[in-house]
Amino acid sequence: MDRQVTPDDDEQSMGASGMNTAFLIQLLVNGLVVGTLYGVVAMSFVLIYKATQVVNFAQGELLLIGAWVCWALLTKYGVPFWIGMPLTLVFMFVFGIAIQVVILRPMIGEPIISVIMVTIGLSTVFDAALKWIFGVNPQPFPRVFPSESVDLFGLQIQSVYIMSLAVSLTMMIGMAWFFRASKYGLAMRATAFNQQVAQSLGISVKNVFAMAWAISATVSAVAGVVVAVVNGVSSGLADYGIKVFPAAILGGLDSIGGAVLGGVIIGLLENIAQYVDSQYLHWGNLYEIAPFYVLIIILMIKPYGLFGTKDIERV
Amino acid sequence: MDQTLEVRGVSLRFGGVRALTDVSFIVKPGELFSIIGPNGAGKTSIVNCISGRYRPTEGQLFYRGQDITALNPNARPRLGIGRTFQNLALFHHMSVLDNIMVGRHHLLKNNFLTGSLYWLTGARAEELEHRHKVEEIIDFLDLQPVRKATAGTLPYGLRKRVELARAMALEPKLILLDEPMAGMNFEEKEDMARYIVDLNEEFGMTVMMIEHDMGVVMDISHRVMVLDFGRKIAEGDPASVLADPHVKRAYLGEEDEVLIDPDEAPTPAPTETAA
Repeated sequence: MDRQVTPDDDEQSMGASGMNTAFLIQLLVNGLVVGTLYGVVAMSFVLIYKATQVVNFAQGELLLIGAWVCWALLTKYGVPFWIGMPLTLVFMFVFGIAIQVVILRPMIGEPIISVIMVTIGLSTVFDAALKWIFGVNPQPFPRVFPSESVDLFGLQIQSVYIMSLAVSLTMMIGMAWFFRASKYGLAMRATAFNQQVAQSLGISVKNVFAMAWAISATVSAVAGVVVAVVNGVSSGLADYGIKVFPAAILGGLDSIGGAVLGGVIIGLLENIAQYVDSQYLHWGNLYEIAPFYVLIIILMIKPYGLFGTKDIERV
Repeated sequence: MDQTLEVRGVSLRFGGVRALTDVSFIVKPGELFSIIGPNGAGKTSIVNCISGRYRPTEGQLFYRGQDITALNPNARPRLGIGRTFQNLALFHHMSVLDNIMVGRHHLLKNNFLTGSLYWLTGARAEELEHRHKVEEIIDFLDLQPVRKATAGTLPYGLRKRVELARAMALEPKLILLDEPMAGMNFEEKEDMARYIVDLNEEFGMTVMMIEHDMGVVMDISHRVMVLDFGRKIAEGDPASVLADPHVKRAYLGEEDEVLIDPDEAPTPAPTETAA
């Protein structure tokens, strides 16, 4: 999301104070919408961490792959969105399993830091491969949602924003339900706690790992497509992978609910930072770094994040 | 079938350390079989071989006639082998109910997708059936007051019981208990012993148990095997095992001393104490 604060903005905002409030509210709504999307990506990031203890540095690329695949299906092959979207999700599900089985399964038993290095490698490889296949230029996404604004409580909100919010919330509820009520959700929580015990209870740890990657890739792809619908597809989408770090760490790295809340907080913070910046400070680009400052402060006060597991080792 | 489990010539080595050397024994259906031995004798290694955590360096394991030596650990519960752990291994952040539900993983048929169709795929009926089974186990182990509690907050004795409940939820035919009474006080031990006997008699589970409390072992076991330095030194009914000179030597280092405190366990008597 490219937001340049132009002198025009300043002049506008220096007008009536009513303009200021409207601008602020607009930014807050924006923050909420973007924040829930961060939340969704952070959630899928946390899912992998929770189940496999791997910090996935290629999360942003999963988003991007989903977006590009959907884009290609729609524009290159003329598939209607209602078929293209499920196809994308099926593809990402299989792709997630493939990453786990082909690349990460041989790494089981290796130090976790090695596995994390592999995900950094993956992110570079994916990034390059996507540029090779789809080119380096941003592409507009076919219009699948009407782009007119909806009047909601006196606010003009683009309908794609409402779509984005609805999709995010659906994904969150789905994920919560998955963890609480499904067989694999329970198995995943069990595996995260102790793999050996999980095995003794008949849980296949390999399947659980593959499932974690598959679901994480699928959920990320949903977020990727949503962002693509709003802003078009470009390699900048992968930046979401970096943005979710503060979100997930803020939430406590192994808490799904915390990741969601962290995402919303980061989204709002970015926009509040932009408001403060454009109204008072005029530094430019504060919104990009503000989340990371907050991250540092939070980690100083609460090293395990807001909802993280306190890992106390007693000897 | 006259044997639930057969361990045939199992040896286990970690580099130069011999954890087990040529151990063979049979557990019969419906039996309460105990393994005793000094620390480091290889008792837990045996359990780990049977549950699949370790693969024996030599030898074979048969479960109801089927060779399970090379089977994946997670495939064994499906055959009917459940276990508990020596050091508590509950899922601390989950409720007692959820802990027990994990034990039913291999029995749950509906997955994420079919479960979404709830009524169509019978997920509802399935859930009810499993809840019913779980409640049965909770009743049996007197866990009603704590069923919703977070497992990590419970006192030690109760946690041990929850772990037993989780293993029972697998509906195993053979249950491996690794020191179910370690660290318990006298009353807790009595309770646990009663549960184990009931588990064996009422639920018809074959029990293989590792335990240090000689009093309990001699009281409730049908047969006992003694390990020392990874070798089997004795096997038989409790009375004859107690009388075995090798056992005395292994436990006390000298031959002419009494094996155990006479107050704590029945002295080797001709009458069979086990039911």
